[in-house]
Amino acid sequence: MSIRIDADLGVHVRALELRMQRSEILAANLANEDTPGFQARDIDFAAEMRRLELEDRKSLAGGEAPQLLFRVPAQPSQDGNTVELAVEQAEFSRNAMDFQTSLTFLSMKFRGLKQAIEGR
Amino acid sequence: MSFESIYRIAGSAMSAQTVRLNTVASNLANADSAADSPDRVYQARKPVFAAVYNNESLNAGTNFVGARVQLLDVVSSGREPQRRYEPGNPQADRDGYVYYPDINVIEEMTDMMSASRSFETSVEVLNRVKSMQQGLLRLGES
Repeated sequence: MSIRIDADLGVHVRALELRMQRSEILAANLANEDTPGFQARDIDFAAEMRRLELEDRKSLAGGEAPQLLFRVPAQPSQDGNTVELAVEQAEFSRNAMDFQTSLTFLSMKFRGLKQAIEGR
Repeated sequence: MSFESIYRIAGSAMSAQTVRLNTVASNLANADSAADSPDRVYQARKPVFAAVYNNESLNAGTNFVGARVQLLDVVSSGREPQRRYEPGNPQADRDGYVYYPDINVIEEMTDMMSASRSFETSVEVLNRVKSMQQGLLRLGES
């Protein structure tokens, strides 16, 4: 029986990639905080993960871009901009933390594989 | 799709906010610059921002895009100058009037605070992304 690294790393590679894409969207929201008429975007992380999982199980060709949704502002501003700084900042740092979490999981997986290879 | 585009987005936001701070500084500095006729008065300047979407991702047929900030233009406010009677002013016209730009100092100060906060936000984004990338580079070590 051989070790299949792809299968062993599991869902974390996909999660890491999605986190990275989400951080770009949130960075764009933060950058356009003062752009009139800019509408904040985001993705539904859980739904995207489910879609990726489904693609994996059916071994479909992936690479489809995540579906961008619009953020609904709590207090719409006069110039049509829907970026709320506090919300976006919170989401961005949560996303960064989750990215670190996925990284930690991945490095734990690597450590486990290394131990299995070295037989210790 | 990589960290590179995030750097580009944050960088564009920082340069846009710098231009905004620049206009604020110019407006505040010239708030008391008098002139001898209404059409020679300093006009307050305002930047106009627009979101610009990444062309490559549009060409690739995906709807997945992060928007950068583009500085469309710097426009003058077009407000009426204030006329004041100051016969002692060397710039006064024949009737003893000078013209001052209609700059609201409080408005400019709040604009300045907003610009510097947005700039700091971009710096924070850059720092976060940097630590994300460093974490990714260290993956598999130890």
